[in-house]
Amino acid sequence: MLELRRLQIRHAKASPLFAPLDLRIDPGQVGIVMGPSGVGKSTLLDAIGGHLARDFTVDGDILLDGSHLAGQSPQARRIGVIFQDPVLFPHLSVGQNLSFGIPRAIRNRRDLVEKALSDAGMAGMSDRDPATLSGGQMARVALMRGLLARPRALLLDEPFSKLDATLRSDIRAFTFAHVAKAGIPALLVTHDPQDADAARGPKVLLGA
Amino acid sequence: MGRAIYQVTPPATDRRLARIVLAAVLLLILLPILAGVWQTLRAAAGWMPAIGATDAGLGAFRELLAIPGLARATLVSLWTGVATTLLSLALAAACCIRWHDRGWPLRVLAPVLAAPHAALAIGLGFLIAPSGWLARTAAPLAGWDRPPDIGTLNDPFGLALILGLTAKEFPFLLLMMLAALKQIPLSRHLRSARALGLPEAHIWLTLIAPQLWPLIRLPVLVVLAYSLSVVDVAMILGPANPPTLAVMLTRLYGDPDLMRLLPASAGSLLQLALVILAGAGVMGLQRAIRRHGPHWVAQGNRLPGLTVAMRIAAICGGAMLAMTLASLAVLAVWSVTWRWSFPDILPKALSWRFWARAGQIAGGPLMTTLIVALISAALALAAAIAWLEAEDRRAAPRAPWAEALIYLPLLLPQIAFLYGLNIAALGAGLPQGVALVTWGHAIFVFPYVMIALSDPWRALDPRLPRAAAALGAGPWRILWRVKLPVLLVPVLTASAIGVAVSVAQYLPTLFLGAGRVGTLTTEAVTLSSGSDRRITGVVASLQALLPILTYGLAFALPAIVFRNRRAMRAGR
Amino acid sequence: MRHHLTATLLAAGALLSLNTPALADWDKTLEQARGQTVFWNAWGGDQRTNDFITWVGEQTQERFGVSVQQVKLSDTAEAVTRVLSEKAAGKDTGGSVDLIWINGPNFLAMKEQGLLAEPFLSDLPNAQYLDLSPDAPAMVDFTVPTEGRESPWRLARFVFIHDSERAPNPPSDMEGFVDWAAAHPGRMTHPDPSNFMGATFLKQALVEMAPDPDALQSPVSDQAFATQTAPLWEWYDALRPNMWRQGQVFPENESIQQQLLNDAEIDIALSFDPASAAAAIEQGLLPDTARVFVPEGGSIGNISFVAIPFNAAHAAGAQVVANFLLDPESQAHMQDITVLGSFSVLDPAKLPEGAFADLPTAPALPTLQDLGPTLPEPHASWMTRLTEEWAARYTR
Repeated sequence: MLELRRLQIRHAKASPLFAPLDLRIDPGQVGIVMGPSGVGKSTLLDAIGGHLARDFTVDGDILLDGSHLAGQSPQARRIGVIFQDPVLFPHLSVGQNLSFGIPRAIRNRRDLVEKALSDAGMAGMSDRDPATLSGGQMARVALMRGLLARPRALLLDEPFSKLDATLRSDIRAFTFAHVAKAGIPALLVTHDPQDADAARGPKVLLGA
Repeated sequence: MGRAIYQVTPPATDRRLARIVLAAVLLLILLPILAGVWQTLRAAAGWMPAIGATDAGLGAFRELLAIPGLARATLVSLWTGVATTLLSLALAAACCIRWHDRGWPLRVLAPVLAAPHAALAIGLGFLIAPSGWLARTAAPLAGWDRPPDIGTLNDPFGLALILGLTAKEFPFLLLMMLAALKQIPLSRHLRSARALGLPEAHIWLTLIAPQLWPLIRLPVLVVLAYSLSVVDVAMILGPANPPTLAVMLTRLYGDPDLMRLLPASAGSLLQLALVILAGAGVMGLQRAIRRHGPHWVAQGNRLPGLTVAMRIAAICGGAMLAMTLASLAVLAVWSVTWRWSFPDILPKALSWRFWARAGQIAGGPLMTTLIVALISAALALAAAIAWLEAEDRRAAPRAPWAEALIYLPLLLPQIAFLYGLNIAALGAGLPQGVALVTWGHAIFVFPYVMIALSDPWRALDPRLPRAAAALGAGPWRILWRVKLPVLLVPVLTASAIGVAVSVAQYLPTLFLGAGRVGTLTTEAVTLSSGSDRRITGVVASLQALLPILTYGLAFALPAIVFRNRRAMRAGR
Repeated sequence: MRHHLTATLLAAGALLSLNTPALADWDKTLEQARGQTVFWNAWGGDQRTNDFITWVGEQTQERFGVSVQQVKLSDTAEAVTRVLSEKAAGKDTGGSVDLIWINGPNFLAMKEQGLLAEPFLSDLPNAQYLDLSPDAPAMVDFTVPTEGRESPWRLARFVFIHDSERAPNPPSDMEGFVDWAAAHPGRMTHPDPSNFMGATFLKQALVEMAPDPDALQSPVSDQAFATQTAPLWEWYDALRPNMWRQGQVFPENESIQQQLLNDAEIDIALSFDPASAAAAIEQGLLPDTARVFVPEGGSIGNISFVAIPFNAAHAAGAQVVANFLLDPESQAHMQDITVLGSFSVLDPAKLPEGAFADLPTAPALPTLQDLGPTLPEPHASWMTRLTEEWAARYTR
């Protein structure tokens, strides 16, 4: 369960980016944060993921499964992020991209990769150069890569905004289904009302 | 639950690591320089108990001033250094304006940038000597049956030296300019200024140059310091009687009369003062232009003939590049010559015998060169990566003083601290030989590796490390599995540059190697004062070939490793 | 033939060395030297010399287990400086220089600064082939007694080389250069006097023109310098404007001057090695028409030595190498025109009959008669004053 309590973010000495934010997302659910661009949605995700630049200040609490995240390094938090672009590693094959995040202790990595590929309808494409994939394939690989890392929560940073209309609903359904299957809380920031309609979690409107 | 307020900062361990890295790198570079300068200062003040000099005072300076030709040597150094810098800057600017949107110059520049100064200077000497390739080509037309008695080489005004230095320095500045152009919104400026109907050369001078200058100022100062104090090229091409100050001092350091070490050290301080003076001149010029330039431009002034001058300079730049490539070619021709008398345009008899004996002639120096170059480049590369990674983890931009410190070894004349460093190293009980030479090389290799790697490192897509961190990768794994592989091309390029810089070093090998360490460069410089062009041709060709091959490897390796990775090749 | 010669020399050597009292000590030296690598600091501008040094190393490795690493210098003074800086740093043992090819002012400097090892020449078994009397050429270096602190290895005679086709009638003495150069402007020069050979050119003229040549054998004084060099400067002022580059620029050393001769930029070169012209032709470094000539009254000669620094890390090995250089077989090999062509330093009277008889010859190789008498080097202090005075007069 991911919980935000009276969360506020300020840049340097400036006033807070948004009013104090409260949100609670259960496992398998996709929570929604809506708002126009520039309001600080990505900064919010950075704060949760632990990637915030050093001159930002955070007030309030972020809790994952009941424990505070303050001061933890990104890799200790184990919170996955799916970006607007798939950001596949250009120097690795599709299969190597998928296995990059699989925790070290897990043995049957190859099987997991193959399974994820066939789930994404991309069976046998493990050795492909990611630069040769279609946009939809890249988006699916990015999601599967994020999930294979066994995160405790997933942050979705407008992951569908660059896809065309038909592909967008496909990938959205694919993503929500896999989040539900993984049983982890996910937070989606978007400015697309359709994303909000499709999700079955708490929704917050972020405004200045 | 109370409100938790916290500042997001990198973990303390990372910050401590970063500080240690920065301190260690600075210590490895700063310490030897400071120790060297200190020993030089002591000797210049007449204090060198080892040779019985315990009479502190200004005696060393008086002795220095009494050396015949000192004034002229100093003036010639100043003239050749300043002229080289201005000429290189002008040619580089003109070529930059003409070629900035084309790809081929970089491919032509690569061998010129890779080839060591000494090899180029030797080749240029073979080209422009009164009996050189150019004169041989002209002989049938001019009706010469013996070479003209004209001082085209080692001329008292240092023109050959200026030519040889410019041939090597202007491509360096051109490369730095082309790299700096990427950091400014060039096409936007060009479009809007062209829309106003301004001539191209005027746009560059008044609009682009002011933005470019801060980005290339340090490289220009490096060229200035280098040209003012170069030894190997000046020995090969420079005036002889008197030579340039740096050559005069190098000879003085080697004088059989050991008390001459004192005036030599005093002269090193004079050389240092010369470099500081010239650098201050550049900064003063910058200030004057900053103060009066905008006003001058605002009044609608134009430099008459600028367009024509720029076009001529660009042609000169192209000719200079062609001449440089011809210099490398003539080295190769001499290396396979048996007899080649004036005025034959090509050798009368060819022979492979000198290449067949290359192992015997230069096998040892070749191995030493390789070992020193590979280790010093690896050391410098490791230090540069550590530095850049530490900057990433501190998540703070580089301070200006740190930038200046990185450049420091290139901004000081080598002769000002290398002999002192030798004394300091001996005094500290450090073993002389390959290890000390390698360290010495690394001091000069590091800045170039930093120059080559910093921009690509900062230009790395920041989403890649973020995506990796989101997948649970720690900083070390991100470094090894994401940053370094993605940056493989710039890392290899920086390594190749490091190897090339090490291969080209002369004075550090000479002074720190106790003469036991002979590299291709010291060998080539020694041979250039011998009588056998063919053997000189073999050694200088080898010396030029080594860095060129390294560059080739740096280009070829990623193409092989990433033959199935389209995004790793496109646009790089 | 060579094998026969070698056998004869070795047999002779073996017989003679049986009587050497220091034999036991020498065995100890040989034992110490085995496995050592001798860093021989030697001017590296001459490939034939470099090749000869390589050959020496191969021989000493094979015979005594001593290998030689040549440290190629562009100026012998570099090695002197190196030893000095080691002394400066208190490095009294394990020094980096084991053996130096040296003579003249560099030897004087090392001797005066206490940078040389104790006398060792008489410990070398092959010293028996040398004339060891105090005034013998092998015992005096530029009028400075060697005291056995250096060991001779090759004989040097100052000679000129001309292209007999382009310049068939070279001057017959130093005096004659003025007229010759006036008739052939820009066709002759000499190395920069800061270089040893350039200084030797001036010394040759000084020896010929000094009112009292004997004065040159004593250390220089202001008075003597002024008197003895006055005709020299007068002569030089007349010669200089007609030299190559109007006497404003000079080749750095004799190798570069030889190259100028090869390039036809000039017609006269000079050398301290009578065989160098023949060898250079053989090497393709001079036209076939190059020939040697010597001023009528004879020319300056001196001997090249090897010395061992006080802190040499491999002094025993260095002695073994110095001794091998004096081996009649080595000296014969060295005098071979196809190898080095340098004249032997051994005393012919102490050698077995016909020891050097079977060496090959060449058209450009002068006979001993061609070379005429050997004139003694002036005291080393004269050379220093001469170069300083030249620099003061002609360096702007």
